[in-house]
Amino acid sequence: MEKMIEILWHGRGGQGTVTAAKVLANACLSGGRHVQAFPEYGPERSGAPLRAFNRISSGEIRMHCPVLHPHIVGIVDATLLDGINVSEGTRDNTVFIVNTSKEPGEIREKLNAKPTQTVFTVDATKIAIDCIGRALPNSTMLGALCKAINLISLETILEDVRKSFGKKFSQKIIDGNLEATKRGYEEVKEG
Amino acid sequence: MGKIVAATGNEAVAEALRQINPDVCAAYPITPQTDMMQRFASFVSDGKVDTEIMLVESEHSAMSACIGASAGGGRVATATSGPGLALMWEMLYVASGMRLPIVMPVVNRSLSAPLNIHGDHSDAMGARDSGWIQLWSENAQEAYDNTIQAFRIGEHMDIRLPVMVCLDGFIISHSIERMEYLDDNVVKAFVREYKSLNPLLDVENPKSIGPLILPDLYHEYKRAQHEVMTKVKDVVLDVAEDFKKISGRSYGLFETYRLDDAEIAVVILNSAAGTAKDIVDEFREKGIKAGLLKPRLFRPFPYEEVAHALKNLKAVCIMDRADSFGGYGPLFMEVSSALYPLNDRPIMINKIYGLGGRDFMPQHAEIVLDELVEIVKTGKFKTIKEYIGVRE
Repeated sequence: MEKMIEILWHGRGGQGTVTAAKVLANACLSGGRHVQAFPEYGPERSGAPLRAFNRISSGEIRMHCPVLHPHIVGIVDATLLDGINVSEGTRDNTVFIVNTSKEPGEIREKLNAKPTQTVFTVDATKIAIDCIGRALPNSTMLGALCKAINLISLETILEDVRKSFGKKFSQKIIDGNLEATKRGYEEVKEG
Repeated sequence: MGKIVAATGNEAVAEALRQINPDVCAAYPITPQTDMMQRFASFVSDGKVDTEIMLVESEHSAMSACIGASAGGGRVATATSGPGLALMWEMLYVASGMRLPIVMPVVNRSLSAPLNIHGDHSDAMGARDSGWIQLWSENAQEAYDNTIQAFRIGEHMDIRLPVMVCLDGFIISHSIERMEYLDDNVVKAFVREYKSLNPLLDVENPKSIGPLILPDLYHEYKRAQHEVMTKVKDVVLDVAEDFKKISGRSYGLFETYRLDDAEIAVVILNSAAGTAKDIVDEFREKGIKAGLLKPRLFRPFPYEEVAHALKNLKAVCIMDRADSFGGYGPLFMEVSSALYPLNDRPIMINKIYGLGGRDFMPQHAEIVLDELVEIVKTGKFKTIKEYIGVRE
């Protein structure tokens, strides 16, 4: 693992992107790692584009500012690709994880990704509708991210999804999210 | 030993208040403090503390109720932000004038107009002359640790003064970070049983607190307030030493970072100090002797100690996340006052950054350190006070 991994999430208000960043921070806490999770606060409106950030490090994290050069970019809503330059500030080896029904190759072209950058896709909205009955792609994205970056085990992320969703939701919703996380892990495609 | 968690600054301070279990808490919600008090109110509803929580109709009333409860003989806490602190103004002076050890986390927020809910230090800097002790915190861990220490400092029998614990709105209050909670019984033993002093509820010994005082004695009363402030530094250091025993974490009047042999340095408060430390490291790697000083105790301000820590520098930039329009930034005014008595002192410049939640980015620290390098090289500076990270 590099000394510090920085993640930039692009989503829309109401998709659970901020929750995803928080669950990931908790999951990464194991093994003595240091973590940060924080959104960019603005007028919080359902459907409005938002960004959230994670930092995960083996050492103390002192930086308190938005991520400028992400190692990983998670795009929770593919419609954002038309309005936002998600490649801005990315590194030569940045990994993109995109919620879309499209194939990784097509998204790679759209992103104009460098050959050294990796592109993963997962149809997280469809999986969420299958598992939870609503278009809330966050837990699926966490499963996909877990597979793509190989930082924490699927079991760890499932445990933290269970803990986080367990505070607020019924068993049915928790089970749906656990299933969605697993399917995200299994169905993410690299291209 | 304690428990490692990922928590927000607000969550961490609410947890400290749960562990301390004050007798009374009167508060009014204001962003970004709201979810701290919401969490604490849940502890009250769930029976996890036996605090009496008073929901009042404004911050002026919140502080008034805290004053009443503290004068009555209880351990009292509240919390606020930005305009909420501004609305408490009149009562802040009453709390300190009556020597009531109320503890108040201040989740730093800008002041209107224009309306802005984000973090800067305008609120607490405006309250610096109100007779409260002020502790400032870089991150959630420090906010938690300072809250616990604040009770011991304010309640010390030689001090009996209210304490503000400042943490950056949103940047710290709403960001999740790894930190350590101490065990409940450790915190409880550390803060000790509350000892009241001249409580009004001691009806066997009736007394008046805060009555009218005319020009024949008011002046003396205020001097007494100044004099008690001169004892605070020693108490802060003693409490920090005890705190180190239970936590392993060291606190002082301020933190110095790579300052011992530094030629240039920044003086900077709270969360931005973390970002700046990373850039100090980058300059060190380039062979440039950079350092940093982060004040913790801002009131009373440790003038002699700060002067001693900065005296060997060639140039220093004091960075303010608040402005005094038509004056220099508040931190600059303190540090330049501290350095003035020295015969040889560094060149001092003042940068205003991050107002209303404008991000303090690594390149801002780089710009400042680069400018200090240039100042040392030429012996000249272009202007004392300047805004940085500003859109032209």
